[in-house]
Amino acid sequence: MADKAPAIELKGISKAFGPVQANKDISIRVMPGTIHGIIGENGAGKSTLMSILYGFYKADKGEIFIAGNKTEIPDSQAAIAAGIGMVFQHFKLVENFTVLENIILGAEDGRLLRPSLAKARKTLLELEREYGLNVDPDAVIEEIGVGMQQRVEILKALYRRADILILDEPTGVLTPAEADQLFRILGRLREEGKTIILITHKLREIMEATDTVSVMRRGEMTATVKTSETSPAELAELMVGRKVLLRVDKTPATPGDVVLDIKGLKVVDDQGVERVKGIDLQVRAGEIVGIAGVAGNGQSELLEVLGGYADATGEVTLNGQPLDLSGRYSDGRSRRTRGIGHVPEDRQREGLIMDFSAWENTAFGYHRSDAYQSGMLLNNAAIRSDTEGKMERFDVRPPDPALPAKSFSGGNQQKIVLAREIERNPDLLLVGQPTRGVDIGAIEFIHQQIVALRDQGKAILLVSVELEEILALADRVAVMFDGHIMGERLSAETDEKELGLLMAGVEG
Amino acid sequence: MDVVPKWAEVILVPLISLMLAAILSALVILAIGEDPVAAVNLMITGALGSTYGWGYTLYYATNFLFTGLAVSVAFHAGLFNIGGEGQAMLGGLGVALACLLVPWPHWTIALLAATVAAGLFGAAWAAIPAFLQARRGSHIVITTIMFNFIAAAVLNYVLVNLMRPAGSMDPATARFPEAVHLPTLHDILGVVGIEFSKSAPANVTFLIAILACVLVWLLLWRTWLGYEIRSYGKSESAAKYAGISPFAITMIAMLISGGLAGMMAINNVMGEAERLVLNAVEGAGFIGIAVALMGRNHPFGVFLAAILFGFLYQGGAELALWTSIPRELIVVIQALIILFTGALDNMVRMPLERLFLMIRRGNA
Amino acid sequence: MDFLTVIQLLDSTVRLATPLLLACLAGLFSERAGIFDIGLEGKMLAAAFFSAAVAALTGSVWIGLLAGIGASVALSLLHGLASITFRGNQLISGVAINFLAAGLTVLIAQDWFSQGGRTPSLMGGARFEPITLPFADALADVPVVGPVYAELISGHSVLVYLAFLTVPVTWWVLFRTRFGLRLRAVGENPAAVDTAGVSVIGLRYAAVVICGVLCGIAGAYLSTALQAGFVKDMSAGRGFIALAALIFAKWRPWHALYATLLFGLFGALETRQDVITAVIGIKVQGQVLGALPYVMTVIILAGFVGKAIPPRAGGEPYVKER
Repeated sequence: MADKAPAIELKGISKAFGPVQANKDISIRVMPGTIHGIIGENGAGKSTLMSILYGFYKADKGEIFIAGNKTEIPDSQAAIAAGIGMVFQHFKLVENFTVLENIILGAEDGRLLRPSLAKARKTLLELEREYGLNVDPDAVIEEIGVGMQQRVEILKALYRRADILILDEPTGVLTPAEADQLFRILGRLREEGKTIILITHKLREIMEATDTVSVMRRGEMTATVKTSETSPAELAELMVGRKVLLRVDKTPATPGDVVLDIKGLKVVDDQGVERVKGIDLQVRAGEIVGIAGVAGNGQSELLEVLGGYADATGEVTLNGQPLDLSGRYSDGRSRRTRGIGHVPEDRQREGLIMDFSAWENTAFGYHRSDAYQSGMLLNNAAIRSDTEGKMERFDVRPPDPALPAKSFSGGNQQKIVLAREIERNPDLLLVGQPTRGVDIGAIEFIHQQIVALRDQGKAILLVSVELEEILALADRVAVMFDGHIMGERLSAETDEKELGLLMAGVEG
Repeated sequence: MDVVPKWAEVILVPLISLMLAAILSALVILAIGEDPVAAVNLMITGALGSTYGWGYTLYYATNFLFTGLAVSVAFHAGLFNIGGEGQAMLGGLGVALACLLVPWPHWTIALLAATVAAGLFGAAWAAIPAFLQARRGSHIVITTIMFNFIAAAVLNYVLVNLMRPAGSMDPATARFPEAVHLPTLHDILGVVGIEFSKSAPANVTFLIAILACVLVWLLLWRTWLGYEIRSYGKSESAAKYAGISPFAITMIAMLISGGLAGMMAINNVMGEAERLVLNAVEGAGFIGIAVALMGRNHPFGVFLAAILFGFLYQGGAELALWTSIPRELIVVIQALIILFTGALDNMVRMPLERLFLMIRRGNA
Repeated sequence: MDFLTVIQLLDSTVRLATPLLLACLAGLFSERAGIFDIGLEGKMLAAAFFSAAVAALTGSVWIGLLAGIGASVALSLLHGLASITFRGNQLISGVAINFLAAGLTVLIAQDWFSQGGRTPSLMGGARFEPITLPFADALADVPVVGPVYAELISGHSVLVYLAFLTVPVTWWVLFRTRFGLRLRAVGENPAAVDTAGVSVIGLRYAAVVICGVLCGIAGAYLSTALQAGFVKDMSAGRGFIALAALIFAKWRPWHALYATLLFGLFGALETRQDVITAVIGIKVQGQVLGALPYVMTVIILAGFVGKAIPPRAGGEPYVKER
């Protein structure tokens, strides 16, 4: 190996966005024919680094060497020319084009389409055979599944003769089976001598698929090690910089009466696809029920239905009284009056209006409540003073109610949402991905607040794709797969391995 | 983080845009061989130098206040209502029907009825595009454009075939009865002993327009309905989460918007012409877009912008009267203002952002 | 209704459809690339004025045509500057361009010609004359085929033939060339084009320039072929009818031809209401016909007759993101 030049070598790459240092003096060597993992939390700077490598951003400092030669990558075209292919987290495909048209886009030979397409078809079929990738060249993208769309992205890179393939969080949208298939394909590519960079925040994938791994934290590369010589625990520590608090301080739950009772719930989305396929679930007062599962298995739809902004069929009762699942009393306002609080999965798209001030956001969803009115008008002074109190109690920084939501950090934004929903004293609190994109310090605080609400005897339904979070926070865990609940476990009596199998759709 | 402070965003950006538009307009005047300074002087004397000038300036401003507010309210809900022109035409029809069909004993009651009729007709004309947007996803910009043309056809048909007095060749309604004559600023100011031009068309509607500004401000920033309208305009997904109905807000915002545009008719149809003619709106619906953009969709800004455009309109008419500069100069200025404040706003903002970043670095 | 009336009616349909068709295809290029364009009207108007004015001054309609195209392309580039480079609101930019053209044409016309915002009447070489196709006179007396060829097909200005030729050319460019593939892709998902190493900005500017050229020809046709000279506001909403036709055609070239012919027929019927009365036995008001394209477009937009789905990235400025 020593005599070969590295496929990619980065030396001292730095990149700042305004005051934020996204990448700080990063150096890395990846040998050809290996799979190199880059792991780090959200916002650690992984994607920025790869965007620099693909010509999306220009590094402030540093050098890039491809196969031993210093290479400038000012744009994507240069990256492609240097043999780099990238599979983005969100696919860059034209939805109403065929697979073949997507593959030749930008890499056509000649001004006319037909000869290009004919030639590409031949090459494509060869590539498919060589790497064991199965896609129909004439299928239209919007009609095929995400797994196949991802294979189209890989083929796009291979068609451009990429020797280096970068995959950014490739399994986020895949089922476990599809993810396994992806890793088989990556193994095959490695055998053929391709170099692969796998960006992920999932330790399991790193351990399973990579030869070497680099860890990033807050824009810096903290370590590069051989995968065989490290352990998940060590990587986790390198990622967050200290021992992860895996256990939240909490006493065993003392569940009371059933608050939320779901029977035979079914959700069909706008495209007519059934996303939730008849589930039964109960949440009692004084307990946290966690819903585990790979993203896209119906958890989001479940929250949306309970939050009042998606229609469903089935039977749901709250404190014994039925909840409307469609029609005019199935909206966020009716849910709130019934005593359901909701910390949504995506606080920037749903939980907050980013341009509104913190105090305006504190009224969001409760803006019609009597406490905020004076006569026909809104009592802005009351909302402001309410916000000041909430900001103090939830340690929102900076504690300025007039600042727009977008100028707070992720953790403080989440605290604003949490304060609004928890202090309404709901009977049932829906919580989606409570710590996504939240800094470590705030995670502990948020977890404590949720446990405190439980200890006041409230029912909490928690959805998270982070298994560790579910295990740490929930008293009981239900695993969703493909719109079904695969099984329920007490979190004290289960572990990641068992839940992982359920998440993969293996009956428990 | 916002780089440009709020005061600069609210004051500096529109001012710079206005200056750019002014400079380009001056160049246009130069290019057609006239003196820009003399032209501005003439405009100021003509529009602001006499109560007659003021009377026209405020008359035009009243029209633009209504249409500007109409565009603003829709903008706050994230909707671009480009159909103010058609809604104002229909509003005129409402006013004409109200004034001609009922023998009103006094102008006050007539004004009330005409305002309601104008608002209802304008709102009805906005309701269909709003419904199609909310329920069928039809792009409201395109449908409101189409509805402008359809409104013109409807009005044409009604005036030619239905409301034209027997024997008249003019496609217009009969003159409204004397009883519905609205007091002009001359009449109103006369009460407190202020001399005001008798022949200028500014009338009591101006005061109603100012009242409309205040009410719109209250609605948008002091009621939960306005809060819902603004929330929906900023983020539809968040609005759904909060239990705000996209359908209801789209409908309500467009009904208010169309109603405001329609209400313009009490000024131009009832207050000035005192009959409904074919081309009564004269583009005021479109000027509303410029006024709303210039006024940053805030009722106070809309008020200032409407006065500015009233001044431009009256000043432009004076120019056309005394020089060889055609009235269309105002259309050019209007275009430039729309361009700089609405479409090229980033061109103005980007250098400002750089400037403020430098200042901040210098301080740090 | 006799055969000759039908021929006359269709003949004026073709005349009236021509500017609509050119403007519609102009809009098609722009919107297929993801740039909404409600400024077709203004570009047409500017081109109508500049081609008539320059033709009047030089005596050459061809130089006039070039001037018209130049003016229209200049406005296109302004639209590009606002909506592509500075990522402004494309709809507002279009509105501004319409007003800019409406104002500037009259202002400049008054300055140059002092005829109340008109150009002098164009004569001789300053105007596109009808072309008589070969054998038109010889075939004129052959029943059916003769009048169709001599009256309907022959005897139009060169721009009419050019417009009809543009339809297959547009189709071919869009669906059979590399440029067309990229153009359609950039209107659907600019990120796909960008990551494939093709310039989104370059493609979109190319599209708006093509749009400008076609609008320029449409405008020149109005003032130098359909009419003999420019008058104030002579585009008279045709840009918006073309926009309506584009939606009606669901952004497809051949359907654009059918839609504009249909709308052209409505226009032709407006002046021949006797024909409608003769055919359907009811008197139809001119206003109804005038409003028909708009009403039909609203119905199409409402999705009652097949949904019109615009290019997915239409109206959205492209911002690079990870």
